[in-house]
Amino acid sequence: MSGEKRNAVYFYGTCLVDLFYPQAGMAGIELLRREGLEVVFPQGQTCCGQPAFNCGYSEEARAVARAQLAWFREPWPVVVPSGSCAAMMRRHYPELFAGEPELPAVEALAARVHELTEFLAGVLGVKLVDRGEPVRVTWHSSCHALRELGIREEPKALLGQLANVELVPLARERECCGFGGTFAVRFPEISAAMVADKAADVAATEASELLAADCGCLLNIGGRLGRIGSAVRPRHIAEFLWERTAGGAPR
Amino acid sequence: MTASQPDFHASSVAALADPQIRANFRRAMDGLMAKRAALFADPAEWRALRALGTAVRTRTLANLPELLERLEERCRGNGIAVHWAETTAEANAAVLAILRAHGATRVVKGKSMVSEEMHLNDFLESHGVESLESDLGEYIVQLDHEMPSHIIMPAIHKDGRQIARLFGEKIRGAKRTEDVDELTGIARGVLRQKFEEADAGVSGVNCAVAETGTLVLIENEGNGRMSTHVPPLHIALMGIEKVVERLEDVPPLLALLCRSATGQTITTYTNLISGPRGPGEKDGPREVHLVILDNGRSRIYLDPELRATLRCIRCGACMNHCPVYTRIGGHAYEAVYPGPIGKILTPQVEGVKARHELMHASSLCGACVEVCPVEIPITELLIRLRREASHLEAGSPVLEAGQARNPWEDRAWALWRRLHASVPAYRMLSRLVTRLGRLPAPRLGPLGAWTGARTAPRPASRSLHELARDRGVPDA
Repeated sequence: MSGEKRNAVYFYGTCLVDLFYPQAGMAGIELLRREGLEVVFPQGQTCCGQPAFNCGYSEEARAVARAQLAWFREPWPVVVPSGSCAAMMRRHYPELFAGEPELPAVEALAARVHELTEFLAGVLGVKLVDRGEPVRVTWHSSCHALRELGIREEPKALLGQLANVELVPLARERECCGFGGTFAVRFPEISAAMVADKAADVAATEASELLAADCGCLLNIGGRLGRIGSAVRPRHIAEFLWERTAGGAPR
Repeated sequence: MTASQPDFHASSVAALADPQIRANFRRAMDGLMAKRAALFADPAEWRALRALGTAVRTRTLANLPELLERLEERCRGNGIAVHWAETTAEANAAVLAILRAHGATRVVKGKSMVSEEMHLNDFLESHGVESLESDLGEYIVQLDHEMPSHIIMPAIHKDGRQIARLFGEKIRGAKRTEDVDELTGIARGVLRQKFEEADAGVSGVNCAVAETGTLVLIENEGNGRMSTHVPPLHIALMGIEKVVERLEDVPPLLALLCRSATGQTITTYTNLISGPRGPGEKDGPREVHLVILDNGRSRIYLDPELRATLRCIRCGACMNHCPVYTRIGGHAYEAVYPGPIGKILTPQVEGVKARHELMHASSLCGACVEVCPVEIPITELLIRLRREASHLEAGSPVLEAGQARNPWEDRAWALWRRLHASVPAYRMLSRLVTRLGRLPAPRLGPLGAWTGARTAPRPASRSLHELARDRGVPDA
């Protein structure tokens, strides 16, 4: 692979997208390709290491993070369809590798990491043309995108470009859905109370789709919507954007 | 106060099932968040004030030993006697000794979280001293033999009807009413009498100024001024971290504290106490004592990262904005300091062995960090404490480091590592999940916890790795 290649970006799929929402990953890749970028998906990638890091298992997190480094050596942007995993790589990798020989390489990688909506709206400045039927949607931001990466307006700006999409905000747009990785299984009752409130908030918008850019939140809120028999469709924003603007599911 | 081993999980489950707790906290926290937001509407002003407050607290802590010595010297110069206490037992003993020296048996108290750390009321009662809380919220929880459920609003877990019932049961001759002003009037009637009769007043300290030997105390009810002013003896209690260097350090801290805590630009009362009644003065206490408590703080102080915990100015904004606290309330934490600040403070003070659950009871959403007026990196400290609770790292300053180790969790993360640090192992995992993951799984362990409120996660039939390969997305 040549380092001279222009317009190349890496796509870091994340483990949850890989196993639970691969169509969102493909949609992200297609959205980037449509802008004329060459998207490289290293097949050696697995997980960013965040689950273990957040639980205090730094050594295990570092071993898994280290296994990612070899696949992202070229100085290209790394686009991640998850605020949480992007924050892990951008904000926490340097701290995880403090005092390790890989630190300079890790710092260089961290500086190239972008969350997908931020990359589409902020870096590429994409222009979207809506081809879909009128629809009402609501938006849930992950806490890590919001607070660790400061991504607030980008996803909404992307949705705002779609003429037939009405975006109804959640009443408690900035409140956590209760996922929090292992938090949801360590304290299932507290997490359940949080996600029940979030699902009720979603229902109150009378939207037909709940969009998010983090698959942890989607698994959580979507699981709750499913359990209460809600007709609201939980989806990753990439999949929604691609479908609306290309007129179908990702190729 | 709990005699038995704290069980946060069980307490939180009980709290979640109580509709009164759920409703009272949600309503109260919504109100507090809105009031705070209205006063920090200008992001630039918020950033500037916050940076100033953080700088003041950081600078203070950098010079803490020297500032404490100067505070002691200036206080003594002002006629304030200074007592040092390493433990809460020493602090209680110091208070009792002062009271006994004056034959004091009736104490009125202003609000003080340090006194909660000391469980001072129980201690004094067991030594024949009546100790009455005079802050309305504290008065209510004391009447009901409870602990405060919030560090600023101790009785926030109760609504007007519950307070009316309590007053009706516990205050002789009290009129049955749910009117807030009338309820306040009833408490005021009781307290006025007690202020007049008290032998001593006990108060907390919001900050103490080293260069002038001044104790700063803010409050809204006037009870703080009454407690520190009317009785002939005043005993102030503070943690070692509450000192500031100069008088001009005080305004930014108070501006942040009032706005963050209750959404006020300034409290109704701002007391600056610089000593006992002087010759020829007609009021004020004849003696003022300051008890300075360590209680684990100097251990926290030694670590440059954990030291940020001590920047806290006790505004409570982290609880007001915490989605966990909002749902379970303050009592579930079974700790003096509930909510996010308590999750980092309590395990450091009491040890991680009995308190490690608190560090995990966070989704790491960061709402607390976002509003903290002194930029305490609560989520980062939670992760650090989680790490050092379960791993014995050489030189860890964390109390009982490594003693919250769970061998099952160790094994789970070791397996997770094996599956994610090797490409063939991950490929195998991915095959397993995508090919077999759609089969009905036994709802045990983590999956059982998950499916209590949600449908089980449904894996895709083909992974993104496979889709990307099939559709010709280049590999690295």
